[in-house]
Amino acid sequence: MSAAREAILSRLRAVARETRAGAAAVEARLADRKPNLVPARARQPRRETIDGFRRMAIEASAVVRRIRHTDDIPDAVMAILRSENRPARLAMAPDAMLEALGWNRAMVEIRSGRAEAHDEVGLSVAFAGIAETGTLMMASGPTSPATLGFLPESHIVVLSADDVRGAYEDGWALLRARGGLPRTVNFITGPSRSADIEQKLQMGAHGPRNLHILLIDPDAAEPPGDR
Amino acid sequence: MVAVTSPAFEANARAALVDAKLQKALGHIKDGFVQRRTAAAARLPEFDALRDLAKEIKDHTLDHLDLYLAHFERRVTESGGVVHWCRDAAEARETVLTICHAAGAKSVTKGKSMVGEEIALNDFLEKNGIEPVETDLGEYIIQLRREPPSHIIAPAIHVNKEQVAEAFRAAHTELPADRPLEEPAALLAEARAMLRRKFLAADIGITGANFLIAETGSTVIVTNEGNGDLTQMLPRVHVVLASIEKVVPTLEDVSTILRLLARSATGQEFSVYTTFSTGPRRPADLDGPEQFHVILLDNGRSAMLGTPFQEMLRCIRCGACLNHCPVYGAVGGHAYGWVYPGPMGAVLTPWLVGLDQAKHLPNASTFCGKCESVCPMRIPLPGLMRRLRERAHLERLDAPVARGALAAWSFVARRPRLYCAVAAIAARTLASLGGRAGCLRRLPLARGWMQGRDMPAPEGRTFMAQWRERAR
Ligand code: SF4
Repeated sequence: MSAAREAILSRLRAVARETRAGAAAVEARLADRKPNLVPARARQPRRETIDGFRRMAIEASAVVRRIRHTDDIPDAVMAILRSENRPARLAMAPDAMLEALGWNRAMVEIRSGRAEAHDEVGLSVAFAGIAETGTLMMASGPTSPATLGFLPESHIVVLSADDVRGAYEDGWALLRARGGLPRTVNFITGPSRSADIEQKLQMGAHGPRNLHILLIDPDAAEPPGDR
Repeated sequence: MVAVTSPAFEANARAALVDAKLQKALGHIKDGFVQRRTAAAARLPEFDALRDLAKEIKDHTLDHLDLYLAHFERRVTESGGVVHWCRDAAEARETVLTICHAAGAKSVTKGKSMVGEEIALNDFLEKNGIEPVETDLGEYIIQLRREPPSHIIAPAIHVNKEQVAEAFRAAHTELPADRPLEEPAALLAEARAMLRRKFLAADIGITGANFLIAETGSTVIVTNEGNGDLTQMLPRVHVVLASIEKVVPTLEDVSTILRLLARSATGQEFSVYTTFSTGPRRPADLDGPEQFHVILLDNGRSAMLGTPFQEMLRCIRCGACLNHCPVYGAVGGHAYGWVYPGPMGAVLTPWLVGLDQAKHLPNASTFCGKCESVCPMRIPLPGLMRRLRERAHLERLDAPVARGALAAWSFVARRPRLYCAVAAIAARTLASLGGRAGCLRRLPLARGWMQGRDMPAPEGRTFMAQWRERAR
């Protein structure tokens, strides 16, 4: 199809305005990556940003549970399994932090890896949180399979308050600093839903019905807990 | 190409107006999409400033489309993907088929793609022995009903839940015939279970793209269901269908436009899933496709560049112009007779199927201007429709009666004395028709138009006559 490529590109060149800025401007813009307008709500001090994330995530129907420390993760996860009446089974991201936790493996069956069709609950770690819309930013990789966030009925995501940023642009800056884009970046804002039948909103379309965020927030003012 | 019934717009519209089910379904738009968009826009003080920026970003990109596409292609290739350039629908279909054959594919899952509709991919795949399965709930419903979409973001908006149940009973014959399917929740659960099997069995996943990012070679999809993600992460091969105008320069630029998309479309602060895909799975990855193909389709876009219609190429397919259009709200999407309905379709369709086929669509507007006022990309839709009307007239595509009337009017209007004389006769006649009430209920040659309205009658003397009297 390289004939088609040449045909299309030469057509585009032929109709291009003579007044356009040209190749140098394009290269400069691609190298510059300047944020355009970032809304004021995404440019708040640290504490407001973290609380704003929590507020917006709840508005998007995520359940946010604040914990003080990563050591609190197993208890929080077990509480979720119980509250949803799930079997004590977990598909978990092969993440070093998660693996090192004091899981009571007699109480819960944990499989590290990607999600499979029969998994009811997936546990993964967020790359960042974006406060302006309560959005989780997930970066796929060997320790963070993307399937965990889509195949199970419940998705539990660990997010450190230190990784909460105001704007999407802040997330991109973090990711570039880490060396560029992985195969998949998922922005996740609340659980799956559809309004395709008579415009009535229903939760749990093809992805998870429930999205739980375990927000590690040691210096939150209020006592930790749900919502 | 999907059968084009746009030439029958007038008949389609008449039928739609008396379709009680359709009218009820269309009623949901106002208290749903319209109110929620208004609230979401009001909640973000920077909304209008973002619209200006989004317009600038796209204008700049379209002015340099060759350069940005070439850069995008380079990045896709560097990340291990393949870009396929296609001039028209036929080339795009053949390319998909070649990829399917190379992968030995029997079944294909599809995320919602308007370009897929545009090139009528499903029919083509079926004819070639490959099963295409739409996975967006709305698209799945209309696929079972063998219909085109009637809305660009809510494809099954014209279908009620009883009709969905009917379609499911006809298609899912392996399920117990007496299962209850009255509630939308039961319908959704059934679709979820049935489609799960398809996701897991598919050899190839085909998605559209809301955006392409030149900087990184990424493709972007925006969904609420998560179907697009399952479509692209489970099969061995991910194919992206995108038209060439979808590219934007950087991640920052797409972030700006994303702040407008969900708010304009559904009134959400952000859609549930916004997914950026860059190349195939990486060496140590545990999931994701092994192959990543991007099909770049022109299909009429390059002909719009460099013309006033270049502005239409800023469209991000949010659907706001449909939701706010009184004509769309009255007749629904199928009346427009092809893939893209409403104001955006009235401008785009003539370019994709020919003005001779779609000449009625630019007339399907009251020019109230609502579409332009809500369009996040500030596309001057009414102005572009007016240009298409002009063009239809110049190409002698408009109706003989209309042409005759216009010719007569221009003959008279260019002769001031004759004009005054004719106007005087008309004013007197209308005044006497109006009678003592001074109200016209009927007019010769305009019976249909007068059926729904009354009009005040002129008082009997023309403006020119009164002017002359007072100047004395
Ligand atoms: S024309 Fe504007 S309002 Fe209509 S779908 Fe496109 S971007 Fe949205």
